[in-house]
Amino acid sequence: MTKLMKHRLFWPVCSLLTLIIVNTIARPRFMKITVRDGELYGALIDILRNSAPLMLVALGMTLVIATRGIDLSVGAVMAVSGAVSLTIIDGSSSPGSTGTVLVAIAAGVGVALLLGVWNGFLVAVLNIQPIIATLVLMLAGRGVALLITDGFITTVNSAPLEYVSTGYLLWLPFAFIIAMTAVVVIAVFERRTALGVLTEAVGINPEASRLAGVRSRGIILGAYVVSGTLAGIAGIIYSSNIRAADANAAGDLIELYAILAVVLGGTSLMGGKFTIAGTVIGVLIIQTLKSTILFLGVSSAQSPVFFAAVVILVVLIQSPRLHRMARGLTGGARPANPAPRSDAEVPA
Amino acid sequence: MSTDVATPSRRVTLGRAARTFLDRRASLMPTLAAFVIFVVLLAGAEIHFGNFVTPLNMSALLLDNAYLLILAVGMTFVIVTGGIDLSVGSVMAFTGVLCAHLLAAGHSAAVVVPVIILGGAAIGLLIGVLVQYFDVQPFIASLAGLFLARGLAYVVSLSSIRVENESILWLQTTRYRLGEWYITPTGIMALLIAAIGAFVMQYTRFGRTIYAIGGNEQSARLMGLDVARTKVLVYVISGVCAGLAGLVLTAYSGAGYPRNGIGTELDVIAAVVIGGTLLTGGTGYVLGSVIGVFVFGTIKTVISFQGAEQSWTRIIVGLMLLLFIGVQRIIVFRSERRR
Repeated sequence: MTKLMKHRLFWPVCSLLTLIIVNTIARPRFMKITVRDGELYGALIDILRNSAPLMLVALGMTLVIATRGIDLSVGAVMAVSGAVSLTIIDGSSSPGSTGTVLVAIAAGVGVALLLGVWNGFLVAVLNIQPIIATLVLMLAGRGVALLITDGFITTVNSAPLEYVSTGYLLWLPFAFIIAMTAVVVIAVFERRTALGVLTEAVGINPEASRLAGVRSRGIILGAYVVSGTLAGIAGIIYSSNIRAADANAAGDLIELYAILAVVLGGTSLMGGKFTIAGTVIGVLIIQTLKSTILFLGVSSAQSPVFFAAVVILVVLIQSPRLHRMARGLTGGARPANPAPRSDAEVPA
Repeated sequence: MSTDVATPSRRVTLGRAARTFLDRRASLMPTLAAFVIFVVLLAGAEIHFGNFVTPLNMSALLLDNAYLLILAVGMTFVIVTGGIDLSVGSVMAFTGVLCAHLLAAGHSAAVVVPVIILGGAAIGLLIGVLVQYFDVQPFIASLAGLFLARGLAYVVSLSSIRVENESILWLQTTRYRLGEWYITPTGIMALLIAAIGAFVMQYTRFGRTIYAIGGNEQSARLMGLDVARTKVLVYVISGVCAGLAGLVLTAYSGAGYPRNGIGTELDVIAAVVIGGTLLTGGTGYVLGSVIGVFVFGTIKTVISFQGAEQSWTRIIVGLMLLLFIGVQRIIVFRSERRR
């Protein structure tokens, strides 16, 4: 039991299960999944579908945070990639053809990749603090997106584009499949090769890893490129969902939710050890919480209060000081082993 | 120094004196650079437009950016300790809408103003306690503050509330004139807060402790400085400033609106960084942040003069930020090499 509790995914999984159980009790239909024409429907499926953009962004954010960085520009990158693709589709003679949409999506994701390279260049090559380096793009990116769309909200009607967010493949929402593919690909690359270990090494001690011969520059650059690219894909899913490129609303606050998801999943903002499974769970917690808040009839504008409460609760649970206090209360006999400083590593 | 005076050529002495001055005050360089850029911006705009640097325009610069100035002062305190406060924009919206709501409910300004300042301080205190006593990273703790304040703003009201209270509107509508120049009580408030902030940072024990913590928190603690109290207090100060900014913004716009100040925290951080404060902590000046805010405000005015899309503002501010990071990198690099 203690071994189970010591596992670093214990608390995140507990929180998710608690949320699901509370939801199921409050509304029994929550767990119900119906099959219609070989497509699954239900509250849980909606959560999976809607979590796709956040999942992609948080996945990239996990890698960036593992290298001791942070990427504030993801929301702006989403706005740019959506603006680029939808402007291409809007300007083409055949907005409904799959070819046009594919070209537009490739262009949008390509631009996002370049923006990722830009961030990575500032951080890895010029050694600028990540928070400031990505702040540049966060400020400028939305302006660029507004210029691309001429300050308007570009709306398009294109069946292949809509498929990206509302379509189904093998019973599951296509958006969710995109997100899961990204998770699997990244997980394989990070965990089945040495890349993950090297990333952690760079995050734990950049100087030492450099002396040990790790090419930290390339690894850091790569993390930002992945983050930018994934944000680009997320931007396309978002635009596809609302069938429009909204330079102001696309990815609004998503950088904060993504960072929150990563931290909820148990990856420390101090860099180093990261967990992709934790991030996936963190994203699901946030999305379930959003759905719960909506169900409770709280106006979506007021939902930030709940998020604040959850954030505070979670960081308190992870806080070493509280662990010490709890240990003091439950049994003073146990030897006071020094609580680790990096609180998120061992949340139990 | 005395040997320098003895050197025959006066020009060499001056050059050397300038170099010694810059060596000793390397941390002043980014702020000086910001000042130069500000002057260049003004001169360029004047040449381009011909009627830019007018008393009316310059007075408006202070008036339009008073709330930003107040936020930047509070943010400087936090950033110099090596922290960050993402909550200021939301706290400003919350206190602003709370102010309008309470006034509409018939309370007098004498009650409302202290209440909203306390509201800002309370959120700042929450962030400070999380940071200091629960080892939460400032980024995450103030993120919680951001969500909390934004949500609370919507709890107070979902729509805009007009302000009809005379004493609040007085803050904005009164114009003390000197020739073509004018200043409003909100402008005076902003300048006063900046002056107090600069004094506290520069000349008080508390202010020097802030620099010590930003330089090296461990050393500051070993020196016997009260690190815990100081670190909590800087967030409270930032919260108080955000509360005051809410008051000023409410007076400025004549209404409280819960969607005010979305993204303002980034504008503030950008202004503070442009003003020469390093995000790593330990270096920075309140007066630098004041210049940073004016640079930011001038860019906004230039773009509206030009009649260009306002989206250019953020692009240019982003580029400006990059430029200043470049300047700072060079300075830090040079001083490290010399060491």
